Formats: sequence, C-alpha cells, structure tokens
Amino acid sequence: MTITSPAFAAWSLEEARVIIAPIANEPGPVLLCLQAVQERFGYVPADAVQLIAETCNVSRADVHGVLTFYADLRTTPPPPVPVRLCAAEACQAVGGRELKREWEARCSQSPDLAEATGGDEPVFCLGNCALAPAATVGGALMGRATAAALESRVRSILGETS
Amino acid sequence: MTVWFVPRDSAARSVGADEVAAALTAQGHSVVRTGSRGMLWMEPLVECLDDDGARIGWRNVRTADVTADGVNASFVGVVEDLDFLARQDRWIFQRVGITDPVDPEDYLAHGGMAGLRTALAMSPAEVVETVVESGLRGRGGAGFPAGIKWRTVAQTPARAHTGDPANAPVHKYICINADEGDSGTFADRMVMEGDPFELLEGMAIAAYAVGADRGIVYLRSEYPDAIATLNQAIEVARANGWLGTAILGSELAFDVEVRVGAGSYVCGEETAMLESIEGRRGMVRVKPPLPAIEGLFGTPTVINNVLTMASVPSILARGAAAYAALGTEKSQGTQVFQLAGNIAQGGIVECAFGISARELVFDFGAGTRSGRPVRAVQIGGPLGAYLPADKLDVAMGYETLAEAGGMIGHGGLVVFDDTVDMAAQARFAMEFCAEESCGKCTPCRIGSVRGVEVIDRIRQGEDAEANGELLRDLCEVMTDGSLCAMGGLTPMPVLSALDNFPEDFAPSTGRG
Repeated sequence: MTITSPAFAAWSLEEARVIIAPIANEPGPVLLCLQAVQERFGYVPADAVQLIAETCNVSRADVHGVLTFYADLRTTPPPPVPVRLCAAEACQAVGGRELKREWEARCSQSPDLAEATGGDEPVFCLGNCALAPAATVGGALMGRATAAALESRVRSILGETS
Repeated sequence: MTVWFVPRDSAARSVGADEVAAALTAQGHSVVRTGSRGMLWMEPLVECLDDDGARIGWRNVRTADVTADGVNASFVGVVEDLDFLARQDRWIFQRVGITDPVDPEDYLAHGGMAGLRTALAMSPAEVVETVVESGLRGRGGAGFPAGIKWRTVAQTPARAHTGDPANAPVHKYICINADEGDSGTFADRMVMEGDPFELLEGMAIAAYAVGADRGIVYLRSEYPDAIATLNQAIEVARANGWLGTAILGSELAFDVEVRVGAGSYVCGEETAMLESIEGRRGMVRVKPPLPAIEGLFGTPTVINNVLTMASVPSILARGAAAYAALGTEKSQGTQVFQLAGNIAQGGIVECAFGISARELVFDFGAGTRSGRPVRAVQIGGPLGAYLPADKLDVAMGYETLAEAGGMIGHGGLVVFDDTVDMAAQARFAMEFCAEESCGKCTPCRIGSVRGVEVIDRIRQGEDAEANGELLRDLCEVMTDGSLCAMGGLTPMPVLSALDNFPEDFAPSTGRG
C-alpha cells in the first residue's frame, strides 16, 4: 500500500505550465519555478525539468543542476507525514543522536510508521535550539522532542486524515 | 475584560502556545498574539496587564491550566522585572514579545518608524555617516563595518541587470541575509516573527541612504512561520505607506520581496546567496568584484544580516553616539546572544559587547539543563570554536574572541555537559562541511571528506600520531586554501576540539 499525501495535487503537466508561466518572467526564475512545482505537487517529476528548461530558455542540465543542489527539492513524492529530526550541534547537546536512534528503532518495529513518515529526513537546524531536541512532524515544529511524542503526533495526524 | 498575551513565536508554538491561546479563547478570554520575550525555557509564557498597567506573567502554561478566571500556573510576577530581562539592554529586541508583530498601530505606539522619520529629515549621505559613526558591524559573523559597505553602494551608480539591454531600468538592491543556518542561533527568526516591521524599516532607511529601489529578504525554508509573518508584514507595510512609492509621504520609493531558500547551509555565504536568488546552484563566487559594486543581477547591492539591519532604526532614532558608547572599543553597540543546547535557561540575551561567555552561560543561562558540569561551549555556530569550561572568561567581541582562537559568528552559544564526546563533535564538523560544501573549491569539497576519514583513523588508534599531524596539515590547507568561510572555518571547531580536549581523541579513553 502506498499512502499519498492529501496536501498535494496529482502531477499535471498542463497545470504546471500554468503555474510557472508568470514566474518565468521574474529575474532568475529557475529555482522559483522548481519551488512552485514542488509546492503544488509535492515533488519535481522529470517532466517538470523539461518544461522549466523550455519555459525559462535554459538547458535541461541547468535545471537538473539546480534541482540536485538543494536539499529541499525532491524528485519523488513525499511521505504523508514527513518527520525531520534536527541533526545539528545544539540538538546533539541534549540527546539528538539518541533521539534519532530511538526513532529509527520505532520505525523499524512499526513499518506503517516508517511508511507514513519516510523514517527520518535529517535537517540542519530548525531554529529551536533553546528547546532542543527539535523536530518537525508534517511541517509543524516540536520542541523537547521525544520518540514517544513524535509517534503520538504522527498517529494523531494520520487518524485525522484517514 | 482581561486581554491575554500569548506568543506566536514558533519556539513557543513548538511547546503548545497555540493550544493555550485556543483554550483561553474557548474560555471567553480575549487573546493578543505577540512575539516571544526570549525566555524560551518559560514558554508558553502567558501575560496580562495588572492594575498598574504592568505586564505580569505565568510560565510553562498548559491548556489544563486555563480557566474562566484566568491562568492557574507558576506565576512569575512583573515580566520586565525578571532578572533575565532586567539585566539586558534591548535595542533590536525592544518590542519583541511585547507587541503584536503585524499590528501597525502597536508598532507606532512603541516607537516604530521614528528611525525612518529621522533618516528622511537628513540627507542620504548623513544617514550613511550616522551608521558609520555608530560603529555597527556585520552581525552575520564577518563583522565588516556596515556604514562603510553602505558608503560604497551609495557611491556606485545604479546599473541594469546583467544581460538586460542598455536602455533597461537601472537598480540597486538591499539584500537581507536571513539564511540563519547556524545551529544555536535563532535571533533572526525571532525578529522576523516578533517585530518584522523593524527589519523593513531598517531596509527602507538603507534604501534611502544608498539610493536603492528594491529589497530582497533571502529567508531559509526551515522558518515557515517567519516567512508567513514577514510576508504579512510586507502587505501591511505597503497598505500603511511604509513600503512602495512615497514612503511616509517622502519621495522614497522602495519595495521588498521575500525569496525562500531551499535547504542549503552554504547559501548563508553572501555570494552563494546571490547565486541562489538568481535561481542557480548556490555556488560561491570569487571576490572581487565585491557585491557592493557588482552584486545581485550585477547591480550594486547592500548585503546585511537581519540583526545588522534591525539595529539601524534604533541607531537613527536614538543617535549614533548612544549606540557607539556601548560595548568595547572595536565591538560597539549591542549583540544578541543566543543561549542554546544543554542550557537550563535558554533564549535571547541582548546586551552590550564585552560581557563574558561565563556570565552568559552561568548568570543568564543558569548552567546546563541536565544539571551536570559544563564541559564545552561552541561559540559562533558550526564553524566556531569549542571552548572548555575554564576558558569562558573571554569577553564577547569580534577581536577578543579571535584572540582566544574563536569567533563570535552570529552570537550563538551551544552548551555541552561532561557527557560530550569531543572527537565525535570534531568529526561532525567535517561531516557537516562535506554535506554542505558547494563543491567549488577542492580544499572544502575533498578536504572535508578526508577529514572525516582521518578523524576516524585517529579514534580507532590507527597510527594516531601521524594521523594527528595529517589532520593538522589538512586543516591548514582548508583554512588557507578555501574560497569562503565554509571550508576556511571548518578547521576551527576541529582544531579547538583537538587542542582543548586531546583526551577524547585517544582510543583507550575515547568516549565514543
């Protein structure tokens, strides 16, 4: 079973064309176009690369280069409730590494949890360094995170959306 | 009816401020959402006015504490009298936590726009010289005098975008680096979420001073609340004549847009940031040309950090001399220190330069959250030095920290207790550099990967002495040979860990 996020539209080349048309006239449009596509569809499919290249009058290699440089940009659909744990120093100082291990253990015990959250996508700093360890669940920031609190938040979001 | 003040700052929201605000509303109370006071260990900190009009507060409020009569949680008294706040000297953070961040009336009632009004009554050149005289230096870390940078942009003619036809409109840009990627720093975020008009006012002053017509805030995607609040503030500012044409009835025309980052640390380096705003990979540019002469889209560009620009309205309103009188000879004014990591009282301390790291960590921060002894403090972000507990008497300033083998960076202090494995921290510094390097120069791109390998060999006891020497050699190459601070400063946490905590690198006693 593949769970898809309800927050994003299904990929449509026609819709993507409409979304990026006004942006393509901005100065330096490539990253803006990629971000706009991802905001709407949740990821940047290969067809979008071709479309952005044509619309912005740059090579596909240029677009591919930008797409692969930035950690935010993804080429596959995101999980329904992404979980991101901060991997940076302030969170390490209060058990960030241990939290990551505990979270991974929970995900390996509960495959449904792993599938819903994508496991863990690390992030370097969420700006919540005084209330570390920090994490985001489905985009919402959590302070003083624990593996139990993460799981409970994920399950409550899944319960709301199913 | 009592009005309750509940922070909308994302740190406060991360520990339940929204739920508390909703509970207060549900009980029939009136709620105003403010920024955070920066006493983050107290969040959610809920306030109301007492009979004398002073703001009194309750800390760590939970939804269960909210009743029809008010809040039944730990009472802290008059918030501004709390030692943590009373001992600060807040310029940038003067309104943060007090006002509704997107209410223009509240902004005006608390001194907003006084700086811009003062500036518009002066000539642009006088505004530049006021900033020079204030001694304000770049708060992003490099510490370059802001006024000198402004002077260069003011004296450089506006230019059309690179590649535009010769008769295309000419521009100058005010570009704000809000790519606050350093672990242990969150002051930019709190300003943008708690007092965004202050940043916009600073940008308008800069635009007037240097003759710029366009402003861009490059804001990291990890800060969704800051993006939303700043965008909302821009709309409100336009509606109030604080942005757009005829700003405050003057001839000044200037507008601001937010550009969102995409998860790249190196884009906090100013030339990589320009590349990113221009829509490309965030690859560092070779300087010269300086961005002040040939910056965004080839035009003269002021690039300042959020805290630098947010200092400007107060400097204009209260005078350059008053600002310059604070701090030390070469580090004038206030710095916003951010207490983070394993700290009992984490948050924002804005005070004059010259305070010691020890005062910040122990007097303000009250030591570790775990209650164990402090072993190391990393000052200035992931590229800053790890100082041991016995070297914390260093005064916080650009030169004093440099003399102590560190740097002030963006003002963050990350505290570690005695369970930290410093070899693991040194390894992480290299790992982080390998992950985030833009890849343009070899010392950074390859040196960081080799650095991880060499540290691993040292920790495994493999020819430790020779590999230790190799690590120092590698660090020298990275320091001297890298194009920007990413590769150039990664050796700082590595070598400070090696020098101050050599015992952690010995395999027999290693803690990892």
